[in-house]
Amino acid sequence: MQGDEKVDAAVIEIRNLSTRFGDHVVHDGLDLQVRRAEIFALVGGSGSGKSTLLREMILLHRPDAGTIRVLGADVQSLDEQDALALRQRLGVMFQHGGLFGSLSVRENIGLPLREHTGLDDELIDEIAAWKLELTGLAPETGLQYPPELSGGMLKRASLARALALDPELLFLDEPTAGLDPTSAAGVDELVKKLRDLFGLTIVIISHDLDLLWQVVDRVAVLGEGKVQGVGSMSELAQMDHPLIRQYFDGPRGRAAQPQQAGEKTWNQR
Amino acid sequence: MTTRAPVTPAAVAQPNPDELALSGCWTALGMGALDRQLDALAVSRQAQVVVDGARVEALDTVGVWVLQRLFQRLRSDGVAINLRGWRPQFAKLLDVVAQHAAAIPVRTPERPALERIGMATAAALEEIFALLSFVGESALALTASLTHPARLRWRTVLHNIHSAGFSALPIVGLLSFLLGIVVAYQGAEQLRRYGANIFVADLVGWSMLREFAPLITAIIVAGRSGSAYAAQIGTMAVTEEIDAMRTIGIAPLDLLVLPKILALVIALPLLTVYADVLGVFGGMIMARAQLGVGFEEFLDRLVNAIDLSTYLLGIGKAPVFAVIIAVVGCFQGFRTHGGADSVGRHTTRSVVHAIFLVIVADALFSVAFSALDI
Repeated sequence: MQGDEKVDAAVIEIRNLSTRFGDHVVHDGLDLQVRRAEIFALVGGSGSGKSTLLREMILLHRPDAGTIRVLGADVQSLDEQDALALRQRLGVMFQHGGLFGSLSVRENIGLPLREHTGLDDELIDEIAAWKLELTGLAPETGLQYPPELSGGMLKRASLARALALDPELLFLDEPTAGLDPTSAAGVDELVKKLRDLFGLTIVIISHDLDLLWQVVDRVAVLGEGKVQGVGSMSELAQMDHPLIRQYFDGPRGRAAQPQQAGEKTWNQR
Repeated sequence: MTTRAPVTPAAVAQPNPDELALSGCWTALGMGALDRQLDALAVSRQAQVVVDGARVEALDTVGVWVLQRLFQRLRSDGVAINLRGWRPQFAKLLDVVAQHAAAIPVRTPERPALERIGMATAAALEEIFALLSFVGESALALTASLTHPARLRWRTVLHNIHSAGFSALPIVGLLSFLLGIVVAYQGAEQLRRYGANIFVADLVGWSMLREFAPLITAIIVAGRSGSAYAAQIGTMAVTEEIDAMRTIGIAPLDLLVLPKILALVIALPLLTVYADVLGVFGGMIMARAQLGVGFEEFLDRLVNAIDLSTYLLGIGKAPVFAVIIAVVGCFQGFRTHGGADSVGRHTTRSVVHAIFLVIVADALFSVAFSALDI
């Protein structure tokens, strides 16, 4: 939480992005902006390039053309040290956790701190235990190893590690996939709590319509290599683009939507 | 263009005895070793302390955590704390953590040494019992299969013979050839001193046929195939393939273990014969080069010196070694659970245990043979 930054600035700014794998075009002139302290979601069918876009934003994949600015830095022109400095300001929760199997959960969470700061071991353990508590896990979980954890616990532990260095920007890849409804609702709450507490900017890849309706501020629908529409869920629900309509007109889309939308308007009256 | 915002290290000054002035970045990266410096702060004799945060540039959870620890220590000494000049968002963060900081048990899993020894012993005993019951299950499955040979998966057996036996020919051949050379070379000097050059055939024949060929073959196969068995079954266990097999109604023992045991019991004696031949051949080449013992002379002496039983005893050990390698490899595979990490650990174990048990069995054979006087 840097004290002196403008509140309205774009945290991520993507212009005219193109990505190809051989002949397969993934992104073709894609533009996107994510604002500070918003919860932003990327949705789209399989193969629409969500994951590739995420990988490009977290410096794991280099796009073929176009610019990506993350936290004010052009990711393609960074040298080693600047890239490292930028990585320390990002937190990523991977779809399958990405926790190191040979380390206990607490060591996993403490690893970024141990690696990049000169803090005491004891202090690092305390902070790791606290981050664990923050994500809703019992302190004893810290002593377990990732293979011993259930899917929901794994995601929370992974989130705790992503938060270790207090990132300004948090990426969540499918945070609720494979979770039971109760755990998924817990993740919804957690995401909101994190934004409110720390003023984090959060970028989510998700197909979870409940998450999208209840937590996310703005959604970008990817398709055919471009962003087909950006806006809040209720704005998107009004749009006519066929790729967006697919999202809202399927049986699941309808099930998640009208009820809540109805409730909201009712409450406003 | 750079993303590196200059990180001013966190610092604390004490302009008055009852005032702490904080400055710099109170973040994970800016904190450095300030933590210990804070522990040494002497403000305990004051009734209250003003903590001035006006010059704090950045604050994150690590900084807040360290501050809360300081505040708790001061409060427990009876010092009241007044915050002054904090930016609103920093004050809010301090508040949030104050609610959390109450109780976080940091349990250390350190157990007393005696308990750890006990647990290690119990774990070792458990593994031995598990191995024994695995041997029992495999034996039962094997007898059941042998009484109904049609149920055996012969294609899998043949495939395993190919991968564990035929593919191992080059490495087994090369190593036993080299071993034969080494044995003859080491013996040559001593034999020449006594003028007993021709006895190199006895030396190479006895040592290769009886001990070295079966042992080196078993060790290579344990490293090549035993580890592959453990890794294959271990990966299948981790990816729930074994469970899937059970639900479909295929006994994993029948499909994964029996063909491997059978294949190795067939392949290892054959490999041993091959190792015998190449080992003796290596010895012959060395005998001619170093001792002037020709091939014909050597073979003549070999046939007279070594009787058939020596050769058969050596080959007879091979099936026993084969069972050890296959059973230990498969057993470690089935013991795998959890993640990829566990696969690696159990694969290593399978090789170490198999080689250990093979050498132990070899030693027992030596004792038994000398007791039986053969």
